[in-house]
Amino acid sequence: MSTGPVVVVAIAAMTVIAGVATTSVNGLQEPAVALAFALFVAFGELARITLPGDRVQAPLGLAGALAYAFLWDVGNDPTTYSALQVVAVTSTGMLVGTLPHIAAGRAPALDSVSRRVLVIAFAAAVARPLIVGDSGATGKIPPWSGVGLLALVAALTLALDGVFAALLAVDRTQAPFRATMRNELTAMAGVGAAVGATGLLVALSAPVMGLWAIPILSVPLLLTQFSFRRYSGIRATYLQTIRSLSRVTELAGYTESGHARRVSRLGVSVGRDLGMDERALRDLEYAALMHDIGQLSLRDPIAGGATVMVAPDERRRIAELGGAVIRQTGVLDAVATAVERQAEPYRRPHVDDDAEVPLASRIIKVVNAYDDLVGGSLEIERTLDALERMRLGMAYEYDPRVIESLARVLSRTLE
Amino acid sequence: MRLRSRAPEAYVALLALAAALVLWQAASRGADWRTVGLLAALHLLAEWQFSNLWPTRVVLTLGSIVIMAALIIVGPLPSTLVALTSIVPPVHIPLVKRIFNASQAVLCTVAAGTAYVLLGGPVGPGFGPDAFPRVLLPVLAMQAVYVVCNALLLSVVVRLSSGVPMWGLLRGVLLPSAAGYVAYGLFGLLLAALWLGGLGGFSAVLLLLPLFIARWVFAQYAAEKEAYEATVRALVQAVETKDVYTRGHSERVAQGSVMTARGIGMRQDRIESLRYAALLHDLGKISVPTRILQKTSRLDDGEFAAVQLHPVRGVEMVRDIDFLDEARRGILHHHERVDGLGYPMGLRGNDIPEFARVIAVADAFDAMTTVRSYRGARSVDEARRELERGRGTQFDPAFVESFLVGLDRDGWEVPEPLAPAPRRPRRGGLDLSSADAATAEDGGRRGDPSSTYQPGLPGAPGEAQ
Repeated sequence: MSTGPVVVVAIAAMTVIAGVATTSVNGLQEPAVALAFALFVAFGELARITLPGDRVQAPLGLAGALAYAFLWDVGNDPTTYSALQVVAVTSTGMLVGTLPHIAAGRAPALDSVSRRVLVIAFAAAVARPLIVGDSGATGKIPPWSGVGLLALVAALTLALDGVFAALLAVDRTQAPFRATMRNELTAMAGVGAAVGATGLLVALSAPVMGLWAIPILSVPLLLTQFSFRRYSGIRATYLQTIRSLSRVTELAGYTESGHARRVSRLGVSVGRDLGMDERALRDLEYAALMHDIGQLSLRDPIAGGATVMVAPDERRRIAELGGAVIRQTGVLDAVATAVERQAEPYRRPHVDDDAEVPLASRIIKVVNAYDDLVGGSLEIERTLDALERMRLGMAYEYDPRVIESLARVLSRTLE
Repeated sequence: MRLRSRAPEAYVALLALAAALVLWQAASRGADWRTVGLLAALHLLAEWQFSNLWPTRVVLTLGSIVIMAALIIVGPLPSTLVALTSIVPPVHIPLVKRIFNASQAVLCTVAAGTAYVLLGGPVGPGFGPDAFPRVLLPVLAMQAVYVVCNALLLSVVVRLSSGVPMWGLLRGVLLPSAAGYVAYGLFGLLLAALWLGGLGGFSAVLLLLPLFIARWVFAQYAAEKEAYEATVRALVQAVETKDVYTRGHSERVAQGSVMTARGIGMRQDRIESLRYAALLHDLGKISVPTRILQKTSRLDDGEFAAVQLHPVRGVEMVRDIDFLDEARRGILHHHERVDGLGYPMGLRGNDIPEFARVIAVADAFDAMTTVRSYRGARSVDEARRELERGRGTQFDPAFVESFLVGLDRDGWEVPEPLAPAPRRPRRGGLDLSSADAATAEDGGRRGDPSSTYQPGLPGAPGEAQ
């Protein structure tokens, strides 16, 4: 469906071919160093992590490749290899490190590998001419200006990785580019800083420590990576749990099967389309999953669970009960507020826009009503009917911005 | 009594005096003030910004990496001035504790530095690439002295103020993190090598950045984990509030299960998983029609089958939660009996997953000691006798044993009795007083087949049907 990943992989593949071909024609410079770094990168690729939001990363691999691009001296031996050799050596390492993932039946995540190939090609293209051109390399750590320049290149490289990630994400979700870019950069800022620092440190300490710099300096980054892994683990568990527990109302016969999940999936798409940030999207997802939990306090289930059919007062009461349940957690206040306010209209008489009603609540209100009307059906006619019916409610009930966004999201998924 | 309570202060005053002497020496000798200032600022940053994030009470903080590096870069005495900055952070600590922290940092720094120099460790410009293999021993010795000194001074103050024996404290502090101490020592060495190699303070920024980030992420992880747990609890409670008679049941069963598991020495990560299994064990009840659950007469086969489905429903619900792997089996089989007469699968003895056998005991005990719609709560002693009677038929004897031992040690918090009087126990062919620990003769097919669940109308305790 989407062509983005294909394009990125194709460009990366051409870069790799150019690198490998040139290197095999010209011969490998400093083969021992090349081998050590290829192994380092391969190991890093093997130890991939998945950050929240399905972001596959190989911090150690990227740091190793960056270090190889920046290396000007190993144990008082100046390096002479070119940018294309950097591409050849590091991409070989990345591909070798990907093989075990394929063998284990995991996704090869080629788009993620390609991103790394391309950003390293950029780093090498900028850094290698500066380093190799400077024939006076003596094995001393270069003066401030040199280190500062390399730090700048590292920062640009990682930012470029963020841009690629955002482009691929936009291609997948059709969300606005600026918001996506901001989300990708915030999501990767922490791990990116650690990667840049490690890559730079390996290159800086190699003149003194030789290749021992690789294992010694990997330790702090491995620690970081471990922490990140645990963090994304608990985040994933959290989401899985809320998803699972959102089904209590379905099992108890209060709501239709799959309603909460559909509302959350569609709601998050709408939120993304409206440019919400990562944190707000997560709160929206939780709130959408649990938006009907207040119904547990009702004596009798509403027929079909469709809250769009019940009186506004009753709807508001359910919303408030649900909000109270979520507030009990003590940690999900924004989610509780979003659930509490889901029954409220986006504006009141004489007030154009009630700022008290959070965007998440407006989205849940709209998407919930839509799902109650359509019930998971994918028929175009029912969709259009539902949208039409809801447009009639735009005067007071439903936020027109959200309705328009819903229409955009639906037209993308249905056609 | 009064004398004893003054002892910690006297001890701290003594330490402070010794530290002041060392500092006076350091200040009068003179040093490369620019480098010392930079290191002190770095130390302050490491201590201040991140000291409160470390999850366990270890003696070492990121600041100690800076101290180790300072010892190599500027030597023992000037390094004490770097260590002095321990007096500033964190802001909310009382003054006595701050003075103690700073004094111990100063004294341990000078002790560690002395050990390093005595073992031939090079200081300052004398440190170069050729020093690399032989510098390792002095570095490790320096680190060891620093850690032991820290732990010693700390355990004395704890001994004086709370009477906790010193040796146990020392062991508790030193052993679990030994590997971490070595790693920190190496970081100190690395920092010094890069610093002296010409990078100066910039090397610290680069080296500490990944560590800072690792800690920051770890803190986020800890916060997220706490939030997760709070959320699961709140949601389980929300499901329970549908039935006033089982309010708090899951929470108590979780506590009882953990108590049992500790008694048999279960591994900590499995206990964690067991706790979640116990918290979620009755979630599937939400799918049993209220009509059936409220019925006080004998259930017909169809109704009984519906009730028997609740463990399966519960597992279906948590199917997609990856980490609950073993817990899922605990949920599915918590109504099995060791004699094979339980449900849903009629497993026997050790075929029943361990988690399920543990949960079954606490589940039955809590059911017996709480008010149900059809009877009052039984006393803890009665329930205990009932558990003992069910050993080997309904329950795994080892877990009953462990539960009862835990019960004697920790006690059991019986919830507040509910206001309205419970329904009169039915007379006749069935003796409902033992319905919870349903005995073997009838295969558990009593009026209360789910053993822990007999709801009144939602939100209306005791209301007539």
